[in-house]
Amino acid sequence: MKFTLTVNGRNHDVDVEPETPLLWVLRDTIGLTGTKYGCGIAQCGACTVHVDGQAAKACNINAASVVGRKITTIEGLSNDRSHPVQKAWIEHTVPQCGYCQSGQIMAASALLARTPNPSDRQIDEAMADNLCRCGTYTQIREAVHAAVKIGQS
Amino acid sequence: MADTLAVGRGIPRLEAPAKLTGRAVYVDDIRRPGMLHAALLLAPHAHARIVSVDVSAALALPGVRCVLTGDDLPHRFGAFVKDETVLARGTVRYFGEPVAAVAADDLATARAAVDLIVATYEDRPSVMDPDAALAPGAPVLHADFATYERRRASPLPPNVCAETTIAEGDAEAAFAGCDVVVEGVFETQPQVHCYLEPCGAVAEVDDRGRVTIWSPCQSVFRVQATVAEALDLPMSRVRAIATMVGGAFGGKSDVTVQPAAALLAMRTGRPVKLVLSRNDDFLSMRTRHPARVRVRTGAMRDGTLVARTVDLTLDGGAYAEDSGAVLGFALLMARGPYRIPHVRCVGRAVYTNRLRAAGFRGYGNPQVTFAGEAQIDDIAARLGLDPVEIRLRNAMRTGDRWVGGQELASCGLTECLEAVRDAARAVRRPPPAPGRRRGTGFSAIAHICGILSTSAVLKVLEDGTLTLNTGAVDLGEGSDTVLAQICAEALQVPVDRVNFAVPDTDGSPYNWSTGGSRVTYMVGRAVTAAAADVREKLFAHAADMMECAAIDLELRPGGKVGIAGVPGREVGFRAISMRAHWAVGGPVIGTASVMFEGGFDPKRTEMTGDGIGRLGTYVFGAQAAEVEVDEATGEVRVLEVWSAHDVGRAINPLAVAGQIQGGVAQGLGYALMEDLVYDGERPANPSLADYKVPGAPDLPPIRPIIVEHPEPTGPFGAKGIGEPPVIGVAPAVRNAIAAATGVRLAVLPMTPERVLDALSAQEERSDDGTGD
Repeated sequence: MKFTLTVNGRNHDVDVEPETPLLWVLRDTIGLTGTKYGCGIAQCGACTVHVDGQAAKACNINAASVVGRKITTIEGLSNDRSHPVQKAWIEHTVPQCGYCQSGQIMAASALLARTPNPSDRQIDEAMADNLCRCGTYTQIREAVHAAVKIGQS
Repeated sequence: MADTLAVGRGIPRLEAPAKLTGRAVYVDDIRRPGMLHAALLLAPHAHARIVSVDVSAALALPGVRCVLTGDDLPHRFGAFVKDETVLARGTVRYFGEPVAAVAADDLATARAAVDLIVATYEDRPSVMDPDAALAPGAPVLHADFATYERRRASPLPPNVCAETTIAEGDAEAAFAGCDVVVEGVFETQPQVHCYLEPCGAVAEVDDRGRVTIWSPCQSVFRVQATVAEALDLPMSRVRAIATMVGGAFGGKSDVTVQPAAALLAMRTGRPVKLVLSRNDDFLSMRTRHPARVRVRTGAMRDGTLVARTVDLTLDGGAYAEDSGAVLGFALLMARGPYRIPHVRCVGRAVYTNRLRAAGFRGYGNPQVTFAGEAQIDDIAARLGLDPVEIRLRNAMRTGDRWVGGQELASCGLTECLEAVRDAARAVRRPPPAPGRRRGTGFSAIAHICGILSTSAVLKVLEDGTLTLNTGAVDLGEGSDTVLAQICAEALQVPVDRVNFAVPDTDGSPYNWSTGGSRVTYMVGRAVTAAAADVREKLFAHAADMMECAAIDLELRPGGKVGIAGVPGREVGFRAISMRAHWAVGGPVIGTASVMFEGGFDPKRTEMTGDGIGRLGTYVFGAQAAEVEVDEATGEVRVLEVWSAHDVGRAINPLAVAGQIQGGVAQGLGYALMEDLVYDGERPANPSLADYKVPGAPDLPPIRPIIVEHPEPTGPFGAKGIGEPPVIGVAPAVRNAIAAATGVRLAVLPMTPERVLDALSAQEERSDDGTGD
């Protein structure tokens, strides 16, 4: 099936089975490999992207269902690492292996868009499904708070 | 501490920018021209004879390029016992063992072809735990075990793949003189590595028939050696390159899917990508060894520990892999970090029809430390002593000898214990709600950093900047950055002038592995030695250039060599390197090879079987956990964890803190929630929906405490920190539950059901009047 997806502000004509998960269309068809596969069943958050500004797990969305919606991936968050979350992530040296971090950053940036100054509990709850096996959660909390300050400055 | 340029500074990771933008390249992000995609057929039985594997329908599917079965890969491999083939041959020995591999034009076709393979099996009785495997007349997993090539070829009982004894003094006799002897049996579960990135590989063959393999791995050299062995190729025809590694923790130490990908590439002449689904990774990869640990410890009334015996049974699963080494190391650590003069530790690793067990952050130490440290608290309770005091009274100190006789050149255990005690006891909280009980528990830990050989090549480029090549793979712990810091400090240049080369068996010098908490310590030693070699060569040039004696020269910050005491007289690395490249002597290249020399004192220590002597330098730490137990539900909520580690010297304090926090997080998963449960012959929860690893809401504040007792043999005094933070978490939590409730648990994970059962049993005992 042919349809058009709007990803990072650009239209992409794709031709895939309609029930293909968005994750694989992003990675294999469009070639945006920053979004990662971790489980395929929306349990780990490695594939988190934004759909109309909301955090969503790309492994669990049929690509055809997001035609006309605004999809943002890690590659589209900023083109120069200038997003407050990315800046804070560097300052707090959050990533270890890094595999989950595209998803963590997309989850954190979606959280900040709707909750500009979240508490630790709000951060943990909003990001409960974004697993990090390296255990960078402490740094993530600190970096989200730092991103608030960076965003205000 | 003297001013430093790079060492001791919490600089951000070299690779952090790539990991924030999606540009970091992991194996599944690689695309090669004409690349095929592969998938595996996994066995639906835990123990069965393969009657036939009919691949004709799979091969007939359009787009399928190659199907492999066990007969295509007959060569057995294994680090300690050569008992494993890439695909099952004749027999399958665990549910999920790969039986066939398919390469096709796309992944959907490969998976469809897997479903078309008709494999028929004749079921055999299985043995799903060591008791069953060791029972008289039990089915034998490896009928040809006696003919397998092994690192140590002495006879072993059926279904036993390794046996070890380590002993000093006379424990049995010493028990008779003790005021108190406590005995317990502790059991631990299979914990899954659960790196977020499933295992995978991309393989490609060049015109000379040489195969190149990109994969996330802990050692490109082990990949090269094992693929060569499994495919019966000379090592020179296998090239392994590390991709970014999406977590490993021991699970990518040995080969994963590299051999299958390599042979598919060789057979098809096309690049092949084989990346596992999460489900297939759960079913066909590895776990931490489940263990049963019987421990007996004897003490005097004042808390002085006198004797300990340990009997350890590890469930190794279907293939030996690293079981012999995990067993030997666990027994070496089983005395605990205490001055116990009489100790006897015996153990065995047993084949069962489960997923193979393997090294996992801690390498056998978390299992024996759970048992040993729980028992220290039980003794303290019996004697009415403070749990930290009994540890301090017996704690090893600098100059003491470990089992085997190695002297401790640095030991900050006392300081670590005092640090976590003081931090934990300084916290004041409002009292718990009714029905909830609170307590704090402690553990003391030791581990090693070191192991085997490694090397470094340090090249001075024409402009005076540096390329450091060590072959050490950064799994995410930050070792590239730490090694660059060590190099920068040794040559007094900014870190950004050090380029860290990607590990590649073609260009990198040998490095055993990223494991055993060894990279900072061992590779760091190689880097400082290679830097010293470079310095000497730079000084020889500089002495010529400035017409002075090399002995009068010094390094100056910023990449310069100057005459000591004469501020204006200096030449830059660039000028020296240009001279070396274009006029005199040739390029400046520093090299170093190091080995951690093995051995133990046989007059002091009895060591038989798959024993391990002097493995590395010992590292020490202490951990504390405060928990709240819900008496109605048995739920354990961890309020805070403190984790103090003597790292010798923190080369990068931010990276050290990250290792501590991450290790504690995995330790809490091990303590409270993680367990690969078997439903008969098959794993019941092989998915992230059912196998729960800790998420943000599961974790309390984790407080890293860095203690620095410089290690004389370490680079700038540094020791390792990768594994230690996971080791003492489970016993600290267990001891905290005991402090809160009086319930003394002995089985991991400490789920609400187990806690509730123990609370109920305690209540019944006190109703009977039999409680203490």
